[in-house]
Amino acid sequence: MFKKILIANRGEIALRVIRTCKEMGIKTVAVYSTADKESLHVRFADEAVCIGPPSSTESYLSVSKIMAAVEITNADAIHPGYGFLAENSDFAEVCTEYGIKFIGPSPAMIRKMGDKITAKETMVAAGVPVIPGSEGLVKSVKAGIAISGDMGYPIIIKATAGGGGKGMRIVWKEEDFEDNWDKAKQESKASFGNDGVYIEKYIEEPRHIEFQILGDQYGKVIHMSERDCSIQRRHQKLLEECPSPFLTKKLRTEMGKAAVLAGECINYEGVGTVEFLVDKYKKFYFMEMNTRIQVEHPVTEEVMDLDLIKEQIKVAAGEKITSGNYLPSGHAIECRINAEDPYNNFRPSPGNIQSFHSPKGHGIRVDTHVYAGYKIPPYYDSMIAKIICRARNREDCIKKMQRALDEFILEGVKTTIPFHSQLMKNEEFKSGNFNTGFINDFVLE
Amino acid sequence: MMTTKEIKEIIALVKDSNLSELKIRKKDFEIAIKTDKYQKIQGIQATSVAMPAPMVSAPVPAAATPAAVTKEDTVEDENPTAGLLEVKSPIVGTFYRSSSPDKDAFVKVGDSINVGSVVCIVEAMKLFNEIESEVAGKIVKVMIEDSSPVEYDQVLFLVDPKG
Repeated sequence: MFKKILIANRGEIALRVIRTCKEMGIKTVAVYSTADKESLHVRFADEAVCIGPPSSTESYLSVSKIMAAVEITNADAIHPGYGFLAENSDFAEVCTEYGIKFIGPSPAMIRKMGDKITAKETMVAAGVPVIPGSEGLVKSVKAGIAISGDMGYPIIIKATAGGGGKGMRIVWKEEDFEDNWDKAKQESKASFGNDGVYIEKYIEEPRHIEFQILGDQYGKVIHMSERDCSIQRRHQKLLEECPSPFLTKKLRTEMGKAAVLAGECINYEGVGTVEFLVDKYKKFYFMEMNTRIQVEHPVTEEVMDLDLIKEQIKVAAGEKITSGNYLPSGHAIECRINAEDPYNNFRPSPGNIQSFHSPKGHGIRVDTHVYAGYKIPPYYDSMIAKIICRARNREDCIKKMQRALDEFILEGVKTTIPFHSQLMKNEEFKSGNFNTGFINDFVLE
Repeated sequence: MMTTKEIKEIIALVKDSNLSELKIRKKDFEIAIKTDKYQKIQGIQATSVAMPAPMVSAPVPAAATPAAVTKEDTVEDENPTAGLLEVKSPIVGTFYRSSSPDKDAFVKVGDSINVGSVVCIVEAMKLFNEIESEVAGKIVKVMIEDSSPVEYDQVLFLVDPKG
């Protein structure tokens, strides 16, 4: 087992990892930028090394600075958290060169799943259902119409250089194809300087349902069921829950099998998440795979009596997985609380937290790195806390979350608490009948 | 239970003695102090450099204060530093006073330096970085022991601009 782990991250996830390390008797090293001097992860680690100025590029994203910190503290493993360098295969490569264990998959596994096209090809070869689409760029309207006819409408024309929803057009029938084709290409050229497009089947009323997997160094992969993350705004998750109100036992078994297959076909080591889109016909399609611990991992932990960080460290240290798949017991919901103003287009709201009281009591867990008097730095992402509730069933869980949100006192900065409060009272949300388009119709009062 | 003052005194004792390692164990308290003063530093071209840092491991219960590497044992009591400028480390690594063990230190107390003068080396991942001063004046104090780890922004030298 590792003697000392350096956590190459900050905020709540750094604290999260430090907590588990302490329980396992492993020493911890925190790294921090000058902006994070008063951060909790620095306070609670056994050792702390200042690695740079506030800018992420010169601190948390700086491979050389982090490796230098490993050198002077003699850490034997690095936990990359999420974001920053967690899915950077070059960083994982450097760790291997220096004989430091990168707690996660190998550089090759990261690369394979990091490239969307390669990931899709790998899944196809493994027999995991993927979103049907053109193989690469589509060169002409004629070819486009032929492919679409084969796949079946509705289809979506997507810009290969695209992002943020630009250069995308949904086509419902063949007559509309050419017009949308022209528009998509025009927009793509204007926004990205590249009018290359490809075609995918458009998944109707998609739900974003992801499966947690764990793989050891001996080829064994298990799954820990799903998390429904359909409540998103601009592709950023706002709320996650387990189990998904949409899945049936049968679907869970099928998707779980596919997720394990995805892990097995690349000999995956570590924790990972296989993301699927599920359409209204309950057909599921592989979307992408994340090769790191995720923000919403507590949702899984709370319905399974599991410590995912501990499992992550164990497999990294060479321990074998001895259990089978995990199924949820009870219901858990997580609300991500961001320092943003929900009444002003979710504009970031950094500043000083004047007073702070987090909700407590039966079935409430709050993962946070902030406290009264903490100054939220403007240089990093705006998430400041995660409230996770667990209860016997979804209805009770929602009531508990409502109570927790009401109890949360956070003054000095704007937060998204009012948004989540209203969400808990929303009939569509309560019915469990929503998809990724939910937010578009949600109006904050 | 030892107080911080007592621990500091013990560290000073070890530093000034010929000891390279000292362990004290009481009923519910244990302290181990190690220095590397007798480990040889390899030349600059060598591929392995002795792992640095006087290590202080004191498993003190109650309030956990992170033992930020290097801070406790080498910094002397704070003098009034009014008017003095600081040369700070721009990177993380190991601080060396000279370019190799057999060479003289780049600077000593009393030396005058200019902007751009090389004042020390900070080594990280086998790369030996010459640190150039961004201030000019006279070296008043050397803040870090030779071959000690330093972090970003750590003060290496105090410089009197009027010197």
